[in-house]
Parts: sequence; structure tokens; C-alpha cells
Amino acid sequence: MATRYFGEPIKRNEDPRLLKGEALFVDDVHLPEMLHAAFLRSDYAHARLKGIDVSAALEHEGVVAVYTADDLGDYWQPGPLLVPPPPVERLTFHQRTQVPLAKDKLRHVGEPIAVVVATSRYIAEDALQDIELDVEPLTPVVGLESALESDAALVHDGLDSNLAAHVIQEKGDYAAIRAKAEVLIKRQFVYDHGAAAAMENRGVVADWDSKAQQLKIWDTTQAPIPIRNGLAAMLGLSESQVQVIAPFLGGGFGPKIMMFYPEEVVVPWIAKQLGRPVKWIEDRQENFFATTHERSQIHDSEIALSKDGRILGVSDTFLHDTGAYAPYGLTVPINSQCTLLGPYDVPHYYSEFKAVFTNTVIVTPYRGAGRQHGVFVMERLLDIAAKELAIDRVEIRKRNYLKPDQFPHNHEIIYQDFAPLIYDSGNYLPALERAAEMIDYDNFIKTEQPQLMKQGKCVGLGIVSYVEGTGIGPYEGARVKVDASGKINVATGVGTQGQGHFTSFAQIVAEQLGVDIEHIRVVTGDTSEFGWGCGTFASRGAVVAGNAIHAAAVRVRKKVLKHASEHLEAAEEDLVLEGGKAFVKDVPTKSVSLGELAQMSNPLRGAVKPGSEPGLEATDYFGPERGATASGVHAMIVEIDPETMMLEIKKYIVVHDCGKVINPMILEGQIQGGVAQGIGNAFYEELVYDDDGQLTNASFMDYLIPTANDVPTVESDHVETPSPLNPLGVKGAGEAGAIPVGPLFAQAIEDALSGFNLEILKIPVSPGKLFELLQESGDGAQ
Amino acid sequence: MKPAPFDYHAPTTLAEALALLDEYGFDAKLLAGGQSLVPTMNFRLALPEILIDINHIADLAFVRNEDDGLHIGALTRHAELERSELVAEKAPLLAEAMPNVAHSQIRNRGTIGGSLAHADPAAELPAIMIALEARFRIQSQSDDRWIAASDFFVDLFTTELEAEEILTEIVIPPLPARTGCAFLELARRHGDFALVGAATRVTLDNLGACSEARIVLLSVGNTSVRAVLAEQSLQGKALTGQNIRDAALIASDQDIEPPADMHATEKYRRQLTKVLAERTLTKALERATSAP
Ligand SMILES: Cc1cc2nc3c(=O)[nH]c(=O)nc-3n(C[C@H](O)[C@H](O)[C@H](O)COP(=O)(O)OP(=O)(O)OC[C@H]3O[C@@H](n4cnc5c(N)ncnc54)[C@H](O)[C@@H]3O)c2cc1C
Repeated sequence: MATRYFGEPIKRNEDPRLLKGEALFVDDVHLPEMLHAAFLRSDYAHARLKGIDVSAALEHEGVVAVYTADDLGDYWQPGPLLVPPPPVERLTFHQRTQVPLAKDKLRHVGEPIAVVVATSRYIAEDALQDIELDVEPLTPVVGLESALESDAALVHDGLDSNLAAHVIQEKGDYAAIRAKAEVLIKRQFVYDHGAAAAMENRGVVADWDSKAQQLKIWDTTQAPIPIRNGLAAMLGLSESQVQVIAPFLGGGFGPKIMMFYPEEVVVPWIAKQLGRPVKWIEDRQENFFATTHERSQIHDSEIALSKDGRILGVSDTFLHDTGAYAPYGLTVPINSQCTLLGPYDVPHYYSEFKAVFTNTVIVTPYRGAGRQHGVFVMERLLDIAAKELAIDRVEIRKRNYLKPDQFPHNHEIIYQDFAPLIYDSGNYLPALERAAEMIDYDNFIKTEQPQLMKQGKCVGLGIVSYVEGTGIGPYEGARVKVDASGKINVATGVGTQGQGHFTSFAQIVAEQLGVDIEHIRVVTGDTSEFGWGCGTFASRGAVVAGNAIHAAAVRVRKKVLKHASEHLEAAEEDLVLEGGKAFVKDVPTKSVSLGELAQMSNPLRGAVKPGSEPGLEATDYFGPERGATASGVHAMIVEIDPETMMLEIKKYIVVHDCGKVINPMILEGQIQGGVAQGIGNAFYEELVYDDDGQLTNASFMDYLIPTANDVPTVESDHVETPSPLNPLGVKGAGEAGAIPVGPLFAQAIEDALSGFNLEILKIPVSPGKLFELLQESGDGAQ
Repeated sequence: MKPAPFDYHAPTTLAEALALLDEYGFDAKLLAGGQSLVPTMNFRLALPEILIDINHIADLAFVRNEDDGLHIGALTRHAELERSELVAEKAPLLAEAMPNVAHSQIRNRGTIGGSLAHADPAAELPAIMIALEARFRIQSQSDDRWIAASDFFVDLFTTELEAEEILTEIVIPPLPARTGCAFLELARRHGDFALVGAATRVTLDNLGACSEARIVLLSVGNTSVRAVLAEQSLQGKALTGQNIRDAALIASDQDIEPPADMHATEKYRRQLTKVLAERTLTKALERATSAP
């Protein structure tokens, strides 16, 4: 079949609606009689909650109800453990999940305590100020290392320490190989990742129709089906009585996963109690405290090498901040542990981590989901090794890449999807060589940089590699249907947050049915349209939902061909599907439209053949046996003002391999956006907690998201190494742009400031921090 | 992030606005561009009971040249100043600073009067006004007075304005002959409040020596700060590279007590001050040399 849709840079189907303001977001839902909720949140990081008096709040005109934990009765339950710990032998895990409204104890600033429901959000917020709390402050647990000291205060009273989990995974025998190593490099690394800060904050609208006994919920979730199933069970309703709609979302990036956030759980319950629709929209300030973060890890790492720069083994022991609760299990630290290995052949690996409870906002995956932390460690170790061994940094990476004949490659440890960490396919050298060529590596190092340095300019280059485990199971499903009008309807369960699903999914269907994508309507994230599936996360939309849609489209294609061959009295092999029609090859006049076929397959009178199904419709599912490993290389040139440490990005290159590309334009957008977030992580954003557990920069004035002015245009190119694990050969691409930016900055900055004695072991870095580092190293800015 | 309840008035004349202020005094707040006031109200850090919106007072927004200098109405938007050819001609230092004031969306709403009355030590406009020796007209129902920019700013977010007064007009006198100015700032992102900024003005005598220097720094204290010792060190001297470097060092070491925050330590602010003082003095000298 001629490829006309799959792989083409087709403009996004959804953009006209988005640009004209015609797309529905949760806050656009306005219902008659709707009430508005506002949550009272803890000002304390750690405190005993001894009493709540809501009587004054209830007296405000316009206040309809105020609820505390006690009012929830049996509905008050700690949230579900969303991801149980993977089957790793040496693993301890202490399950503690968030509660709908705090009872007895407050465990982080921003934890919800009570909710006011009023006729407007303004009134609800006025009333919040009149709720009286009786609170006894406790010592906040903030630092990762101090949290594990024996005299530390306890975040959870029932545990003997703040240890949330302890995991050891091992491959080979690091201790033995260490004894034989010619070079050992040991460092401590700190990597901090921040808030996803999606453009749209979270929000929930719930509407209980008591006559129909139906609950309808609009929710900014990446995973509407698990939310429907969970809420139905909690509320004692059948799944078919609950509809969850995740309409257009202004970004998800992980924290909008099926979290069963307190607001997500409480607002539908209130709507049912009051019999009136209730809306809660998170504001930007709340978003800093009420939506999950990613944060820091401290790694003590060592790499053992031969003199010629070959990796013999790596040992890495780290602490992971999981915040006040750990509802998402160990996904983030396991990702760090596994992704550290990168595209490299590491024969011996010892990895141990402790996840630690602290009195800070909960940590769950945010674009990259811990992969950044691991990649930083490995790339930095290699940079330092390259310097020590006087091997070129591109060369040391080449020497250690897994070779194409080493795939599938088993790393012999367990990944976040509970399956062994086996890379499906990969071919790393071409991407590195292409990136080096695009950034003009040899010329820059040999000619340009020395010349500019002579003129007193500080210019530097970074070039780093990474892999990204993507497209994990368990499964997704889809239904594809041809309407009598000839239009195609596609429904799948995953939510959409701006990834271009309405176009890339349509391209997959168009490829099978020969229908232009503007005639293909894709519905995502509405449980009444499709009720089976998991959600959008872990760069799995294209891989898992994409392949389910492909499978359903292939089945519809078969039905179309069968009906058309009967109708046109031609062999199926001789038929072509194009322009919404089936026709006989070389005889385009002998044709029938898909719409006509759909009508004929759904007759109103007469008899149908025994065993026939009505319509041109099929539902199918896809579940990969394990994830598909994407990979790539980022390269960058920076210039630093040696007097002020201000940095300018001169050039930014990404060469990426996500297998078969569905739509290169959408892919470019994903990469560009990911790089922007990566730059934020590496150079601008930091959640700064003080010793009292207060987040001191909970606004966009001090939490610095890079703007369009601060992000360069990324030049990108692609290598295509198809995944053998799915029929489309695709791998995920959602997180790739964001993953290796930290080590890229570190390497490029060290290169630009090679005249100084500087080692960057912490991310984020900033001009001010660079200045401090140079002061410490005694070099100082002049 | 919703403000507490307030009453709202939208007078269309200055007299009405002054009468309202006279009536409500401390309980009232003027609303100009709202770019500083509205966020603080939404955070419930400011809880005015009465909001007096002055955006409908048409004759508060103007830019015109008169014999005694450039007159700017307090309600003139940042964007207007940024684009005004008159400003570029008569007060090039102001024009040079304007693109650094926030982002274009905010410049479309924010006003010069609001920025001066708000008196943020990290704001550009107060420093520019001090460097240019501007005078401010302040009116109330019972008074109409003028005050020099250098006397207006008292402390962090605090000015000489009384609760019942409105800043109505700004006058920037013409520059003396052989005078050059320069503005530079460093911010984490374009449009952010500066980590440090410097507005510098240099006047040369007939022999080419410095007859007067003004160095006004932002983000290094509770108000815009004049680097008085550094200015004095240049008085009467030829502005050689060495003299400029020495003055920059005096400015950064002796003239300021910069604050530390999560974006910059005290030491880093001193370093940036030194660099910006040197760079702006060098540029201002260049411009003074070629000025009529
Ligand atoms: C994201 C962001 C970034 C910003 N970055 C910068 C920056 O880099 N540099 C900078 O200088 N500013 C910056 N600002 C502030 C912006 O410049 C504001 O416009 C300015 O500070 C206030 O002007 P306004 O007209 O909006 O005043 P408003 O917010 O309306 O009022 C501010 C205060 O002044 C009072 N007031 C207003 N007009 C008068 C008057 N005529 N007489 C007496 N009192 C009056 C008000 O009562 C209020 O107390 C930023 C703002 C934002 C939101």
C-alpha cells in the first residue's frame, strides 16, 4: 500500500478549534445551579490537627456547606496505591497514600483540611478565612539526609523511620570488577527536578443526576477510565453510572495521571450529597502545593573503567525524596535506577536506593519521571572519566555504546512496568554521528572554540546520550467505525493533553482506510465513548493506543474490502481504498464509497446473511509484552559572559530515534516542548523549601519557567530503528526532549569555562550558582 | 486567588478621584494598570475596601514637550513610553530602559505613575527618574505640590505620597550639554525584575573631564540607590578605563548593601553591580563624547 498518511507532516486536525477558542476545557463547563468549592489548606509542613471550627464559615451568605474529614464518614479512605512495588527480591516498601481531607495530622504545606462550597468561588474563599484550626506544630522533616537520622521527627507515626522504600538491584558483580578496574571515579551528584506547571491547572466538575442516577464528571485527568472505575467503587455506584470526561487539557506532563487527588475524590461526593453540580478549579498558587512535584535525589556514584575508557561497572546508591506520601509507588526512583544505564554496555551494576518520606508535596512522575536523574549521573561520570583519561567525550561514548547486534539487550534488572529491563532495539552510533555533524563538532573543538577563546569569549559545547523506556503496557483499546456519511469515528480511552492525538491517531486510521484525516473524528478520554484502557503516561499513547487503533482499523479495512468485493464483484486483492472510496485497481469508475458500504452493512429491511455483524466497525486492543526503548543525542553550544555568568544558547541539536515516525511535525513539537521543559529544569526552575518546610517560591515570579524568549529553536533530525514489539514499529517520544538537558548544560558550561577549575555536580544550575561555584573553587569571576 | 470584597468607583475626572480619596483615605486604593495591585489583591496581601479606578480619567495620560522638559501624565502606559518618538528624542535613557520593564502584555496596561507609586526597588522607572532628575506633581483635594524624584522614594514600597494624594504628572528636564546616559540590567529571564540594573549619566566639561556623574542602581537596596561615593570619585576626573573601573569597584563595595535572595547572593549582586556600573559608565562616556 502506498504510504500517504502515516509518516507525513500533516497539520494538526485539532488546532483550528483550539485557536478559535472552540475547544472545551474543564473550566468551560457551566451548569445551572452550579456551586463552587474552595479548599482550606495547611499552612504547616508538619503539625498535629487537634480541632476544626467551621461555624463562622457556615454563616457567610452564599455558603452552602463546609466539610471536614469527619463529615466524609466511611467515604474517608486513604487513596489507592496506584503502582504497587515491582517484583524485585531485595525490596522493602511502606505504603502510605494521601487522604481526602487531613485528619489528626498535617503532613505538608497545602494538604487539604476542609472544603467550603458556595455560590461563587469568591465567597468560598472569603469563608475559608473564617475557619478556625487548633493546631500543634511539629518539627518539619525536610532534608533528605536528615530525614533518615535516628532522631528525626516521623512523617508517619506508625513507622519506625521516614524510610518509604529500600530497593537493591544488581547485575553481575560490581565489587569483584571494581577490584580489577584501572580507573575508578567517584562523585556525589544532586539532581533536582521541579513542578510540571502545566498551562492549565487542575479542575473537576461533578454533576449528579438523581433522576437518571448518573454521575458525570469532567476532570483534568490523563487517565479517565481508572478514575471512573475507582470513583464508582468508592461511591458505591456501578461503573456504567459514572461517566468521566477528560476534555481538552492544557498540558498534563504526569501529575494529571490517575492520582485520585483529594479534590478529585471529594468534589464528586459533594455533588452527590448536595444534588447540585460542583466545580473546583485549582488556582496557580494551589498548583504549587496541591499538585504533585518531582524533586531531588542525592546519588553517591562510582564508575569503574579500563584505561581505554571501557565501562566495567557502575555502582550507584541514592536517596529519593518521595514527599509526604507515595501513592505512585516506586516508578520515579526505579526509572532513575534503570535509565542510568543509558545506551551503554554496563556489564556490572550495583544500584541501591532509599525513598524517603518528607513533609513536602508528594512526588510522582513528571515528564521524564526520574529518568533525568539517572541520565545525569551516567553522563557526568563519563564526562569526568573522559577528562581523566584524556579521551574525547564523543569517543568515550562511542566505545561504550551497545552495538546493533546486542539487541534485544537484557540489563538483568526489573523496570517500572515489572518486566525485565530488555531493550527491544537500538542503533546508537548513527544518531551520535549525525548530532556531531549537525553541531559541527570537530570544527568547533579544533578551530572555532580556540579562536573565540583567544578573543576572550567563553564558548562551550555539550553532547550527551540517553535512552527512554517508553510505551509500557498493560494495554489500550480502540473502536473504529465508518458512519453512513463516510466519516470515520475513532474512540480510545486515553486522555489527551495537547499531544496531537486527534491527528496522529487519525493518520493511523487513514493509512488503512484511505480517508483524509479531516473526515476522521477521534474521541479520547470520554468513558462513555470507550470504557477500557489505562491512560496517557510513560510516552505510551502512540505506542499502545496507536497500535490498538491500528489493529481496529485493520479489522475495519478487512470488512470494507469484503463488502466492497461482493458489491463490485471484484477480488479483494484488486481493490484500492482511496479518497473515501473502494475501487477496482485501474478502473476507478468501478467504485463504491465507504459511506454506501456502511449503509449496506446496516440495512433497515430485508435479510442479512447468517453470522454477519452489522456495520463497518471493529474494536481491538493492544498490549505490548514490555516497553520499547527510544534513544537520542542532544548537543548544544553556549556562550557565557565570564563576568556575569549569564548564559546564551547559540545552537541546540536533537537527533532522536523513536522508531517509525507517525507525524514528523508533531514529533518536532514534542521535542521542542520537551527541550523547553528540560532547559527549565537544568537552568531556571527550582522548588525552594526552607527548613520549616515552606515552599518559598510558589509563584511564577520566583519559580522561573523559561519563556519563548529563553528557549532556542531546536534543530532536529531522526534515526528510525523500528520496534519489533508492535506492528507499527513505533516507540514513544513524549519525554525525550526533556531527559538529558541537565548533563548537557553541565558539560557545555564546563567546556565554556574550561579556564576555570569547575565541576558541575548539581542540577539546576544558574548564573548565581555558577558564580558561587567559581568563588568556592577559588577562581572567581573577574 | 480571588480578592476579598471591595467597593469599586470609576471617576472620570481628577476632581472626582481626589474627592473620593479625601473621603476614604487609607481604606481606598487607586487602580491604575493593576499590574502590581491586582496580583497583591488576589493573594489577599492587599485588602482595600474601596478601589478607585483612575483609568477613565482621560487627561491623566499624555506625553508632551515644554520649555522646562518632557511632561508625562501619570496614567501613560509603559507601551506608550516605549514607542514614543518624543521620549526617544528627549529622554533616551527612559526609552532605553522601557523594553526591560516586564513583558509586552504588562507594558500595555502598566503605567508610569503606578510604577513610581508602587516603588519597587527592582523597578526600572524610579532609577531612571532619579538619574534624570525628574520632578513629580502630587495633587490632593487641598494641595498641589512638586517633589524631586530623589526625595520621593522613602523605603521598600514606600514613597512620600499620602493616602489622599495622586501622582499626576512627571517632568523630565532637558539634559545638559555634553551629557550621555546608559541603562543596562541583568535578569534571569527577559522581562523579569532585574537581579541588578544600572542607570548612568555622565556630563563632560569643556576639557573632556567629568563634571558630573550619576550612577543609580536598582535591586541592590530598599529603594533605587545612588552610588554616591563612586559618583564623587569621578568628579573632575578624566574618564579613563582605570578611573571607571575604580568607580565601579567603589559602587559595588562601598555604596550598596545588596540583599540576598534565591536568585542572587549578596556577593553576586556586588559582582553584577561592578560589571554594570563599568559597562554603563563606558557607554555613557561614549555617548557624552559625541553629544552636542
Ligand atoms: C509578571 C510581571 C513582571 C513585571 N516586571 C516588571 C519589571 O521588570 N520592571 C518593573 O518596573 N515593573 C515590572 N512589573 C510591574 C509593572 O511595571 C507595573 O505596571 C507597575 O509596577 C505598576 O503600574 P500599574 O499601572 O500597573 O499600577 P497598579 O498596579 O494599578 O498600582 C500600583 C500601586 O500604585 C498605586 N498607584 C497607581 N497609580 C497611582 C497614581 N497615579 N498616584 C498614586 N498612586 C498610584 C496603586 O494604588 C497601587 O498601590 C511587572 C509586573 C508583572 C505582573
